[in-house]
Parts: sequence; structure tokens; C-alpha cells
Amino acid sequence: MRYIPVEPPPFFRRGPSPLARLVFFGLISIALLFVDTRYRYLEGIRMVAATILYPLQRATQLPGEALAGIGDYFTSLRALSEDNATLKRQSAEHAAAAQAFASTQQENARLRALLDARTRYASTAKAVEVLYTGRDPFAQKLFVDKGADADIRAGAAVIDADGVVGQVTRVYPNMAEVTLVTDKDHAVPVTVERSGVRSVLYGAGAGRAPELRFMAPSADIQEGDVLVTSGLDGTYPPGLAVARVATLERETGQIFARIGCTPLAGVDRSLHLLVLSQAAVVPPRPEEPALSDATKKAGKGKRKGSP
Amino acid sequence: MALPNIAHLSTAGPEEILHPARPWFIVVTVGIALTGNLLPLSGVALALRPDFIALVLLYWCIQEPRYVGVGVAWGVGLLMDVGDATLFGQHALAYALLAYAAEYFRRRVLRFSLWQQAAQVAVLLGLCAGLVLLVRYVGGAPLPRWTYAVPPLVGALLWPVLTVALQWTQRPQRSSAEL
Repeated sequence: MRYIPVEPPPFFRRGPSPLARLVFFGLISIALLFVDTRYRYLEGIRMVAATILYPLQRATQLPGEALAGIGDYFTSLRALSEDNATLKRQSAEHAAAAQAFASTQQENARLRALLDARTRYASTAKAVEVLYTGRDPFAQKLFVDKGADADIRAGAAVIDADGVVGQVTRVYPNMAEVTLVTDKDHAVPVTVERSGVRSVLYGAGAGRAPELRFMAPSADIQEGDVLVTSGLDGTYPPGLAVARVATLERETGQIFARIGCTPLAGVDRSLHLLVLSQAAVVPPRPEEPALSDATKKAGKGKRKGSP
Repeated sequence: MALPNIAHLSTAGPEEILHPARPWFIVVTVGIALTGNLLPLSGVALALRPDFIALVLLYWCIQEPRYVGVGVAWGVGLLMDVGDATLFGQHALAYALLAYAAEYFRRRVLRFSLWQQAAQVAVLLGLCAGLVLLVRYVGGAPLPRWTYAVPPLVGALLWPVLTVALQWTQRPQRSSAEL
């Protein structure tokens, strides 16, 4: 005889109908979606859930890390010596610039003091490693292995050896989320290195080139121009390379030029990044004079009133 | 032998009465699916990776609706939202709808062969992905690449394998004499 459970399923105690449950949970989801899109009230809940999930996430990385470790162990001597040679050459190339840097910095500080200009940045950098790229197909994000524990703050700029990668947008206890410059909701204030023209570089989403919008067709920009951060936002220190102008269309009849760019940094390749935590000293925005405010309001009222 | 008939990838026939699933087994499988979804993949592997959680939830909603229903699916969806750092409630909404659809279709789906079931699962998973797309598009996200449509299809192809694997522990032990 085989044991078969004889207790009948509790047909009459199944709670609300599935449709009622769907409506209930659906409404909660929609409310959550709305609150999360419009406001940022839910970060606390997110932190808690992220802390719960963290061990699981690290566990998923272990096999990959172990494989990579084994691979590293068996890297051939030749590859290592080649690497070594390249690094030595690069180090020699950078040596001159590095030696000049200290004196230039001092000179800059003296000149700034002379001019009575305020020091703009007291920047420190933290090296971080990419844990994994974001899985959300709608956003361009990645996750790095240090967070609040390493005193990383939301808003810090993230760079690699070649240029700007993105910006820290969310900080978890042990990791941080970086929004890449290619994300649709991301913008970097830049200047064209050659001509000094200021603009803003907007990301365009996965697989599309970031672009400079609202640039007049006559703007002094050429293909191949390098865009560097202007530092105007107080987020990115000035002078970091961001992108190179790849395509440039100036159509007669269009108000703006279409300017597509390619990021210089290995946005989807680099594994080792630097988080620049800096306290930007940006003076507060001057208040608008009360008079103009009043006239604006009056103007609005008039517009509404007029037919 | 207690081995189910893998070669034919068949679901439990009418002559087999499945044991009820144990709750801990459901929890473990959902945990494994969560781990699968959190794998640090990139590139082609990421584009091909099916939504394991949607698959496993769908399976349990069809097989054991008393344990796994709209509420459980919603809760697991919230965890997934945090794991993916997406909008709060997007996966939760999609999984809740998936669970409801499973509840609605379950008696019919079980009457088909596994590959015919897979075709219907493809539609359900596609619906789930479509809902996420709709939510994000309304929220102002750009349209993703066409590869967005691949994971539901891969998930549907995995359905027969998953069914046989998960039914393994529920199948009655058959003696070799019976076979």
C-alpha cells in the first residue's frame, strides 16, 4: 500500500478570488510605480531588500570569479611579460606629465590665490571594480563593489583610464549603482576641447550614440572633436574627456545640427573604475530679483485672462 | 527505477497521480530561479537569459495554485525589482498578472502535451514582458532593442525541461515490474 494523503484540499477556504487579488496587488504595484517614478520615498525599503539580496548576489558571482582566478593562474609567462612591458612604456610616457603636474598644480594654486578665485574642487578618488552590468534592458547601468561602506555618495563622478563613464546614482551598503553616460536620462555638461563651445551631452539609450542637442548648425564643431567636461554642474570636475564627435549633420532647413558622439571611456568594457568623490564648492544660485518675479506672475495672469 | 521518462519529455499522464509538492521544495526552486536571474551575465548570455522566476512561478501557479498565487508572485516580483534596480513594482505587477493568467488557464494548459504547453507559455511570458515594456515606456524609457523579444521564447523552449525536472520529486515511485 502506498500512502496517499487523504485530507481533501480546502476548497472552501481559498480566500478572495484570484481576480480580486490581482486587482488588489495590481493597484499597489501601480501606486508603487507612480511613487517611485515621481518621488524617491522608497529608497529605505530598497536598501533593506538590497541588503537581504546581497549575499545571494555575491554567491552568484563566486563561480565566475573562481573561473577567472584559475584562468589568471595559468596565464602564460609571455602574456605577463608583454603586459609588463606595455605598463612600463606607459609609465615612462606618463612620467613627464606626472612630474610636471605637481609644479603646475602649485603654480595654479598660487595664481588662483593671486586672483582670489576660490578652490573649486578638493577631489579624492577611490578605485572600484565592476560587479556586474545592469540587467534592466531599459537603462544603462552597472554596479560596483563599494558603496556606503567606502563613503561613496550619490552624485559622484565615475571615470576609467580613458574618460568619464558615468555617475553614481544610488548607494547601497556594500555596492553602488552607476548610471552610464549612454543612459537616456543622463546628461553631462561638456565643452568642445578645440573651440571651447559649451553644450550638454545627452545619452540616448542602449545601442544609440549619445548626442549634443540644441546646437546651432553654425556652431564651431567638427567631426573628431573631443568633448571634455566643463565642470559647470559641480558634479563632474572640469577637463575630463567624455566623448568624440562621430557624426555631424548640418541640414539646411533644420534648426539644430544632429551631432552623434562616441564615448571615449570603455563604458561597456572597463572593469576597473575610479569614483571621484569631490565636494564641489559651487556658490548658491543668486536669487531672482523680486521685481522680475512679480512681473512674470503678472504676465502669466494676463495670458490666462486674455482669450 | 524511479527515473521519469526523460526521453519523451512528457508530462505526468493520467495513470500517474503526482504527490503534492512540498512547500520547502517550492521555496528552494524559487530561490534557485532568483539566483538564476541575478547571475552576473553580460552580452549575448544576458540577451538570451530567460526570466527564470517567471517560468518557475508559472509552473507552480499551474501545478500548485494553493501555495503559489498572485500574492506570492507579487512579493517575488518586488525582490526582483530590487535585484535589478528597476522601477519599484514593475516586475511585481507583471508577475501578479502572470499568476492570474496561469490561474485562469491552468486547467486547459495541463491537457496539452508539453510542446503544445510551451507555445502557450510563450504567449504568457510574452504578455509578461509586454507589460513591463508598457510600464517602462509610459514611464519615459526608450524602446529596447529587438533582442528584448528573445528571452520569452527561450523561456518557452525551456518549459518542457523545467516541467520534467520539477515533477521529478512528485512522480510516484514505480517499480520496474510496473514498467
